Amino acid sequence: MSEFIDFFVGKYNYWAFILLMMIGLYAMIAKKNLAKKIIGMNIFQTAIILFYISTAAKGGGASIPIIAHGHGHGLSEHGARAADYINPLPHVLMLTAIVVSVATLGVALTLAVKVYHQYGTLEEDEIADRIRAQTGGEP
Amino acid sequence: MESIVSLKPLAAVLVSILVVPLIIRSGNRPNLREGWTFAAAGIKFLIVASMVPAVLGGAKLELTIAQVLPGAAIAFRVDAFGLLFALVSSSLWIVTSAYSIGYMRGLDEHSQTRYFCFFALSLSATIGAAFSANLLTLYLFYEMLSFATYPLVTHHQDMEARSSGRKYLFYIVGSSIGLALPAMVYIYTVSGTLDFAAQGVMPASVPPAVLTALVLMLLFGFAKAGVMPFHSWLPAAMVAPTPVSALLHAVAVVKVGAFCVFRVLTGVMGADLLTGAGLGTLVCYIAAFTIIVSSLIALSQDGLKRRLAFSTIGQLSYIVLGAALLTPDGLTGGMLHIAMHAFGKITLFFCAGAIFVATGVKNISDMTGIGKRMPITMTAFFIGSLSVIGLPPCGGFISKWFLVMGTLEARQYAMLVVILTSSLLNAAYFLPIVYRAFFCTEEESKFDNRMGEAPLWCLVPLKLTAFISIILFLYPKPFLDLARLAVVQILGGP
Amino acid sequence: MSPHLPALPVVVPLLSALLITILGWSNRRLPFPIALVALTAGLLSALGLMKDVLARGVIGYNMGGWDPPWGIAYRVDHLNALVLVVVMAAALIGLIATRDRVKAEFEDRIVPFYTLFVLFVTGLSGILLTGDAFNLYVLLEIASLTGYALIGLGEGRAPLAGLNYILMGTIGASFYLLGVGYLYLMTGTLNMVDLAARLPGLYDSHVVALAFFICLTGLFVKMAFFPVHVWLPNAYSNASSAAGILIAPLTTKVMIYVMIRITLTVFTPDYAFDVLDIGDAVVWLSVIAIVMGSVFALAQNRLKRILSYIVVAEVGYMVGGFWLGNRAGITGSILHIVNDAAMTLCVFLAAGALLTRVPGDRLIHLQGLFRKMPVSMAALVVGGLSIIGAPPTCGFFSKWYLISGGIDAGHYGFVAALLFSSLVNVALFFRVFEIAYYEPFGADHGHDPRAHGASGREDAPAAMLAPLVVVAVLLVALGLYSGDLVSAIIQHAIPARII
Repeated sequence: MSEFIDFFVGKYNYWAFILLMMIGLYAMIAKKNLAKKIIGMNIFQTAIILFYISTAAKGGGASIPIIAHGHGHGLSEHGARAADYINPLPHVLMLTAIVVSVATLGVALTLAVKVYHQYGTLEEDEIADRIRAQTGGEP
Repeated sequence: MESIVSLKPLAAVLVSILVVPLIIRSGNRPNLREGWTFAAAGIKFLIVASMVPAVLGGAKLELTIAQVLPGAAIAFRVDAFGLLFALVSSSLWIVTSAYSIGYMRGLDEHSQTRYFCFFALSLSATIGAAFSANLLTLYLFYEMLSFATYPLVTHHQDMEARSSGRKYLFYIVGSSIGLALPAMVYIYTVSGTLDFAAQGVMPASVPPAVLTALVLMLLFGFAKAGVMPFHSWLPAAMVAPTPVSALLHAVAVVKVGAFCVFRVLTGVMGADLLTGAGLGTLVCYIAAFTIIVSSLIALSQDGLKRRLAFSTIGQLSYIVLGAALLTPDGLTGGMLHIAMHAFGKITLFFCAGAIFVATGVKNISDMTGIGKRMPITMTAFFIGSLSVIGLPPCGGFISKWFLVMGTLEARQYAMLVVILTSSLLNAAYFLPIVYRAFFCTEEESKFDNRMGEAPLWCLVPLKLTAFISIILFLYPKPFLDLARLAVVQILGGP
Repeated sequence: MSPHLPALPVVVPLLSALLITILGWSNRRLPFPIALVALTAGLLSALGLMKDVLARGVIGYNMGGWDPPWGIAYRVDHLNALVLVVVMAAALIGLIATRDRVKAEFEDRIVPFYTLFVLFVTGLSGILLTGDAFNLYVLLEIASLTGYALIGLGEGRAPLAGLNYILMGTIGASFYLLGVGYLYLMTGTLNMVDLAARLPGLYDSHVVALAFFICLTGLFVKMAFFPVHVWLPNAYSNASSAAGILIAPLTTKVMIYVMIRITLTVFTPDYAFDVLDIGDAVVWLSVIAIVMGSVFALAQNRLKRILSYIVVAEVGYMVGGFWLGNRAGITGSILHIVNDAAMTLCVFLAAGALLTRVPGDRLIHLQGLFRKMPVSMAALVVGGLSIIGAPPTCGFFSKWYLISGGIDAGHYGFVAALLFSSLVNVALFFRVFEIAYYEPFGADHGHDPRAHGASGREDAPAAMLAPLVVVAVLLVALGLYSGDLVSAIIQHAIPARII
């Protein structure tokens, strides 16, 4: 039993991100409202960002990678121990990923606005009805 | 055997492609347009004919266009067999062009420019196929011919043409992609080459079952040969204008099919391999079945062109049979039949077209007494019939003679019976037409006694081909020499 | 050659985007020439890279002078140099051909359109050149985002199709990102060469396998591999014809490249074909993709939708050929990247040309077009024949290698699927040709040549026809030179251990 608990608790960050991802995916697939789909998409992307960030963490009191006490001379005098700092690379990568996801969200919202102007709704069923009405039933 | 690099094969193929823009440009000046066609046909024939001395001297003219696959290039190689076929097609193109003018103008057909363009393209593909050095090139021109003839088959653009066009594509392209292409890739995969060689290229390691499958796939895959059950595109294609039926569906297209089968059996598989595996006999029986059944069907056809089409199906299988006999005389007979049948059958089609132009009649039952109206045409028809039946004094006799000798040589006595039976059937479906045309009472006749032949442009070509059919009996030497040389080249003898 | 050559195909279009935005607002006539110059420079540098690779082999380049693993390394070999040339050439031809269409369709939005397009090309060439798995993700998203926007700019159902494309595309890209994350966890590097060096020790790891599957799934979505293709037909068929012409030939092909790159360079063929042993399963998936793509294409009644489903089937060709795992199959797959780009460009361009003169792309609109627009239709015929796989067009030769690969691998299901799809393509294209060939059945049908005089001829503008004819000729030229292409370039793009 304790193994199970270890398995679940010890990797809680993974479970959290998987849960978030599934929520996002569910919203994207199951929701009929385009705005909700876009929200789902954002949750999905955020889940992956969280996953990267959580992999950077280290136990044992590692902190953000800013050299303490080191006003210019710190490095040469004491040296920096990698274990004292969390891994900065995933953070850097995720900065880029956040930019990407914001841009995606922007484009998606723009198109959603355009769709809304066109059909007067963001509900997929109603849009489909309107398209059918326009084209006389043909795809 | 020496090989000469020569641009002639390429020139022979290209001349009728290059003439297409000229034909289009002069689309609104019919005389100039047809002038271009004649020029191309004449030049093409001269180029082809100019290769005869070298080839008869034992040389092969070669040209590689592009090395598209390792071991398989797009390349030309003119040997005796290819030249024989090219000679027949290119000479008949001149005659057919003249006939086309009479026919198309006589009926005031639409879209004549398009018609002459695609006719020229079809001839390029035919000559290309004849000069192909390997199976890949042959397949290339085979497909090109399929697509170039589609607009000709559907020329009338009505519902019947549309459904016939679909059938045409379904059979021809469907079988070549579905059967011939995979067989060809398989052969390439196991042998690393697609070249035609004297005794084939297949490695001995291929199991007999696979070999049988390959032979059948290629036999049926080249459906232009009209081997049953892949034949029914040919009667359907008869909706095309008659010159198309005459040159393409009695000579060029169908014989490219038979030519492909010939090449596959002799150049890719090899005579010894096939004889060893007993596959020659298998193909013989398939061809024999087609010969007999198509002749029986032809008996019951009332449409003259449809009867001719079923006759063609049977005659094509003679060529296949000749190839499958795999003996010198059989092969000679098969090759000669390409030439002899071409001249005979094209005469018959010319006559059918001339009758249609002059009287508008398509069905045999309406032709009673037509001999008095169109005596020249029907005399030519009689000569053409004799040639196809295989009676002297016509060329068809020579090729059938060799085929009969071939069956004896191969000890395929059943095939001998098939050929003789089929000849009787041929007579049974052709001679009554002639008989009823000339010998009937005044009451039975559907025409008055006034003479009324088709226009001169129609009449001269059919006189000419009928005349050549007789000449070929008296003087078969050019084709016979080529065929004999080709047999030596194919069997790889001394 | 300049040592900075590998950076140019990315940097030049990127800077030109900036120029277009700045200068375009003041002068509407500038965006096109700027894009033209940028893409021409891009094509020339791609050709230069190709020449260098042929002469010297693999070229490495460190972006901004930073050594890996800190900086981003670009790496040019035979494979990406080839695809880069294809992408640049297709983009350039598309750009020239669509000039009039863009003017007509995006009158007041010329600046954003061309900005997006050059950024799209920037993204694609970056994807091709980069040797860094995360950088690839970023560039993937640059190409995708601009692609979404280009498609969404169109009229009618385009915005909706674009939005659905975003949702699917983002799932795909995010999966790829996740996969890369797992790889980074296991190896501590993002550089492809380093990854390849460290992975062999980790072949047994389930996490690595998971990373591979997640990456692959993401790429399948991006390349529209059946059954995750659903975004593609709507997006491509509803996009404006200019956007369709520019995007359709490129996106899926570049994604196939990424799949090949990840599988061969990062995970190594040993791992993908032997350790995981999923080749057979993926080939069967691609069999389904080919068959279903063809069947769906048959059910369509609009030209551009037919073409879109053909793209779906063609994706199956390339994925299947690659996962056969033998030399012939992979050769076929890579050759088909080149050929399919040209073929798709040709048919979409022809469809665009037709749309300049007919009200819509429903098949019924195409009646009598052979007479009205003979050149455009002739180009469509050439493109169609190539997609069918008739020699000597290029489509025949890639199909040849693919079939040959299928026979080598003993995978006859794949061979059958290829033949089936060829036959369906015959039916598809000849249905179109038939409709265009037969006149509308009116009173003047038949025997009066004067009824359809030269006045009935009204082909697309020359500015569009010229590139179209060039592409159609290219299809034949590519076919005739495919032997050289394979022996000089593609053979070197495939690792020597694959036979």
